[in-house]
Amino acid sequence: MAAHDKVFHTDRTALAAQLKIVLPPHCLLVDEEDLRPYECDGLTAYRSLPAAVCLPETEDQVRDILRVCQQLQVPVVARGAGTGLSGGAMPHAEGVVLSLARFNKILRIDANARLAVVQPGVRNLAVSEAAAPYGLYYAPDPSSQIACTLGGNVAENSGGVHCLKYGLTVHNILRVRAVTMDGEILEIGSEALDSPGYDLLALLIGSEGMLAVVTEVTVKLTPKPELAQVVMASFDDVAKAGDAVAAIIAAGIIPAGLEMMDKPATAAVEPFVQAGYDLEAEAILLCESDGTPEEVAEEIARVCAVLEKSGARDLKVSQSEAERLRFWAGRKAAFPAVGRITPDYYCMDGTIPRKRLAEMLQAIAGMEKKYGLRCANVFHAGDGNLHPLIMYDAATPGEWERAEAFGAEILEMSVALGGSITGEHGVGVEKINQMCVQYSTPELEAFHKVKAAFDEEGLLNPGKAVPSLHRCAEYGRMHVHGGDLKFPDLERF
Amino acid sequence: MQFEDLVGKVRESAETGTALRLKGGGSKDFYGGMLAGEIMDLSGYRGIVAYEPTELYITARCGTPLSEMEAALAEKGQMLAFEPPHFGSATVGGCVAAGLSGPRRQQAGAVRDFVLGVKLIDGTGRVLDFGGQVMKNVAGYDVSRLMAGSLGTLGLIAEVTLKVLPRPMAETSLVFETDQAGAIERLNRWGGRPLPISASFWFDGALMVRLSGASAAVAAAREKLGGELLPSADAFWRAIREQTSGAFRGEVLWRLSLPSVAAPIDLPGQPSLEWGGAQRWLATDVEVASVREAARRAGGHAVLFRAPESLRCREGAFAPLPTALLALHRRLKKVFDPKGIFNPERLYAEL
Repeated sequence: MAAHDKVFHTDRTALAAQLKIVLPPHCLLVDEEDLRPYECDGLTAYRSLPAAVCLPETEDQVRDILRVCQQLQVPVVARGAGTGLSGGAMPHAEGVVLSLARFNKILRIDANARLAVVQPGVRNLAVSEAAAPYGLYYAPDPSSQIACTLGGNVAENSGGVHCLKYGLTVHNILRVRAVTMDGEILEIGSEALDSPGYDLLALLIGSEGMLAVVTEVTVKLTPKPELAQVVMASFDDVAKAGDAVAAIIAAGIIPAGLEMMDKPATAAVEPFVQAGYDLEAEAILLCESDGTPEEVAEEIARVCAVLEKSGARDLKVSQSEAERLRFWAGRKAAFPAVGRITPDYYCMDGTIPRKRLAEMLQAIAGMEKKYGLRCANVFHAGDGNLHPLIMYDAATPGEWERAEAFGAEILEMSVALGGSITGEHGVGVEKINQMCVQYSTPELEAFHKVKAAFDEEGLLNPGKAVPSLHRCAEYGRMHVHGGDLKFPDLERF
Repeated sequence: MQFEDLVGKVRESAETGTALRLKGGGSKDFYGGMLAGEIMDLSGYRGIVAYEPTELYITARCGTPLSEMEAALAEKGQMLAFEPPHFGSATVGGCVAAGLSGPRRQQAGAVRDFVLGVKLIDGTGRVLDFGGQVMKNVAGYDVSRLMAGSLGTLGLIAEVTLKVLPRPMAETSLVFETDQAGAIERLNRWGGRPLPISASFWFDGALMVRLSGASAAVAAAREKLGGELLPSADAFWRAIREQTSGAFRGEVLWRLSLPSVAAPIDLPGQPSLEWGGAQRWLATDVEVASVREAARRAGGHAVLFRAPESLRCREGAFAPLPTALLALHRRLKKVFDPKGIFNPERLYAEL
């Protein structure tokens, strides 16, 4: 089962001819200059030009495209805004990109039931904006929320800075309507809280476009807290900051957001946004509390007490909404700020148990020397999700290869520390080798079989998210339990 | 009981094609479809494997009693926020397999929202580790959450990791007089405001609401909502969670999972509701098809929750699936249990 990656040979003329029958001209791109903008997603280091790009406007057209591709055995890669950071929407060179960009309507907002029915191409932030007049919002807020779409969020199980309290995408979706590769329409979930049978919603969310193409999403809306306030604490030692995170949680507090940045990250950010960060500090922590004014006052007081006891060298509490946003501005601008001080950067996404943070940062410092590259670290400290930003220059030969190896080592270390190779960005093409480290053969085989239960011929987003066993054998860094050699039936290279 | 014994037993059953009825505490034998197969008692495979209060997770073997787990959490001021029912002797494996959540589900989420990882023995005796102990993990399909509510039909859940949360600083419960429609209207209106409502229950003209959170938040919400203080609140919510309250009495008890705004179901019987209106209970002897149809028209589904075994086996405990979804269920069952040895017909007669 899925020992090897499937190889495709697409007859482009036949494909274009068939697609022209089912799509009006403005919904189909086949010329190279039109295809070029689709050759990568947010992970620009990996590129591939597709055979065609389809921009359907109706669910029937989506079905027709899938039917054509199934008949001709052409791979299909669904795409939202293309902001993903793992290459999940990178085209297949022999395949079709199915863009859901024109599925951009909010179909219904039911303020009383606190839900919204949206098409998959609707932007994450647009849902919250549309819900704002009712005092509601859509809680998951990935940093790309001004651009990223709900369909992409479903595919990646996107997170954000408020996951610890409000959950990931999987906790905030009620229903998904999707089309399978054989054109079957699946209605999964409803406006009730659960459905009979298996929890297929959990399976579909985070499936990276491998199981079905989402055509409609019903999301939960959350009442907007009356007030939010943030404490900014600086520490002269990263380990102390890590301990402070544990101390906050041990005190029974689940903050709305709990974020950390190390010194290189604050140094990159401060000149860019003037957030007022302590540039002498080895780490700064941002801890947000939200709720009623009374609740926030109580929680902020407790958070400050814990942070002082944990050895924070300085504490600032936002005194206005403007100040709160300024404190956050630096964190939210961390990626572009780092982008200003280096020609290119490579963002990683491992999760680790919070208590291993100091160990991880120390290891990363060692890797900076080993690979001769700098790294700034921002950290969703509340949920153990680390985003090291490895700085490199793609124009200097060998630097990208070093950055890639640096990243791979961080991911493998995340697994060794008891974490995961990806917290919210997905595996895509980027981390596919590291899947061989996180999982052993039985799990990988089960994943392939789950895919086949939805997409028997393996046409949806092939080569992503779950590696073939052959690939793992070639990669040579396998998950080994108690010294047994995995993949005994495969040749070694 | 050793892990190897479990694997050995499953392998042997797979070879001989013997159906196994996976059993933890046996507290939910009343739930679901037919009980078939040789009993595989998992209550001996027990014990907390890891508990890290500051990492907010607990890992335990499937036979661990929920009471033991909750006692360990309480020592550190933490809890299973989905408040699973114990129904006497529930174990953590059965809790995840059944996927039942209690009153706090409306605020905190369901069992599936708290499952971080599972160690599974599949129907061929292979050991599979999915998920892990971290809050965020999107590597691979989320098979761990798929186990919640699968009633043991996909594999033997040998070990589970659950996310845990701190207990609220303060709790107060209020009671209001209102009919069912009034309760649904209020609960949805309140649900749209940032109020710390962690449980709700309406029955027989009275609406009970529990507030949980920082003490200042609870006090402020009490001011806003009015109502009377509910006496012996802890005992009251325990009786809802464990279904020992009179509201759940009746030979046939239906659970209707509906959009929270759905109007009261117009069928004879004894109704009650929970979860802000999203979970309704109906003790009734109305015929099965009428209840299923009423739930479907209201936008949800109905479960024959407590009923004589003959009725559950004849009618199916759960609402029938559309053809495409049933086919998908059968394919998924084949992925994890190709020989169909685990809990045959417990979820659907076709699985």
